[in-house]
Amino acid sequence: MDLIHLGPLDLGLAAALVLMLAALSLYLGLGVERRLLLAALRSLIQLGLLGLVLKTLFAQTHPLPIFALTGVMLAVAAWEVRARQRHRFRGPWGIGIGALSMFVSSFSVTLLALVVVIRPTPWYAPQYLIPFLGMLLGNTMSGIAIGLESLTRQACDLRPVLEDRLALGHPWQQVIAPLRREAMRAGLIPIINAMSVAGVVSLPGMMTGQILAGSPPMEAAKYQLLILFLIAAGTGFGAAAALWVASRRLFDGRERLRLDRLDGV
Amino acid sequence: MATPAELRLEGLQVGRLEPVDLRLGPGITTLHGPSGSGKTLFLRALADLEPHAGRAWLDGREQAALPAHLWRRRVMLVPAEAHWWGERVGDHFARRDDRLLEALGLPVAAWGWSPARLSSGERQRLALARALVLEPRALLLDEPTANLDAHSRERLEDLVQDYRTARNAIVLWVSHDPEQRARLGGTQLALRPSGQGFALHVEAA
Repeated sequence: MDLIHLGPLDLGLAAALVLMLAALSLYLGLGVERRLLLAALRSLIQLGLLGLVLKTLFAQTHPLPIFALTGVMLAVAAWEVRARQRHRFRGPWGIGIGALSMFVSSFSVTLLALVVVIRPTPWYAPQYLIPFLGMLLGNTMSGIAIGLESLTRQACDLRPVLEDRLALGHPWQQVIAPLRREAMRAGLIPIINAMSVAGVVSLPGMMTGQILAGSPPMEAAKYQLLILFLIAAGTGFGAAAALWVASRRLFDGRERLRLDRLDGV
Repeated sequence: MATPAELRLEGLQVGRLEPVDLRLGPGITTLHGPSGSGKTLFLRALADLEPHAGRAWLDGREQAALPAHLWRRRVMLVPAEAHWWGERVGDHFARRDDRLLEALGLPVAAWGWSPARLSSGERQRLALARALVLEPRALLLDEPTANLDAHSRERLEDLVQDYRTARNAIVLWVSHDPEQRARLGGTQLALRPSGQGFALHVEAA
């Protein structure tokens, strides 16, 4: 397999494009230059560090540092879900709902893929575990963040209707069901769209990467399919778990709507 | 005929309202008090829509012992301003009772109306109707005639009187209008300033 190595100049060229985009944003007054540069800088530092960490990690097979890294990834993802909410749940729930649902979905789907499908030895071999978990966490994170945002925003907007339905004696599950359906739909749309256009319009990131790194296209396609299906399952189950816990948390034991449990209401 | 309804409160406390001990029997009881005195909050606590202290019983069954939605089916709040979620008025009704619409002065065609096109008076009458078809034992009305002309107001008052007589039910009616309170009869309750908050007083029986 021929691997074409990227030099500093190649990356510098791509980075220059981002700088030009930031300059354009400044010139046109679009106001995104700061966020764009900050995000680019973050990705530079984070991916550089990850490269270093993985290099060290791949060189050994002690499980402890590997699991520690997965823990850090989960914590950052949970923090990111919380950061994307306008109406956050107060207290530990704000981070707990995202962390719990991502743990349940991403970790179990990764475990399933590794133990049943890929079967590396040992099963936690970091060359497989870390990339798989990363792809799953990244995607379930978006699905869960969108779903939660949709649920809490609707609950705030529709508060008078929800209160009226409760007053008429409708059980809380019945009152929240249409909101939860809509939130679930919103959370799943990105992955449904991704699957619909995969290979026709877009060449998904992982497949592109593998082909660029010299893998045969058919092998790359099979891996990409595996990843897409796992992401769909992980996102769906993760969003379902998060929305179930979150909608339960919107009501108390006496089925009262408790928007006071959200920030910024 | 249904057995007489009984709603009993012991130390019920919500917001700035001092703890309330009260027994309500079948018939209309009115409630008034300055704005901000917590009338709506009190009604919401009775329907268990608002966190509160103290205990409440309906026909000997304690509030905390019933699932909240079943309590609210029996002790039903009709808010001052009702909201609608379905496409048609009829979607909001557990049962379509044409005679009820007629009693409120609305045509049977109203079932098919879009809630967005209702006048405030129509909304208010339909909000009462969607509660009445569920046949609650206690009806908590928060200024139910605020947006009605004299004729519609009279019809609604008659309808509620008929309902409470036929069902032996409790009606707690928030009204700012002394004439209306006198017309409705029964016990008059008032919220009056007391210390830092408000206290419930029985004014006239």
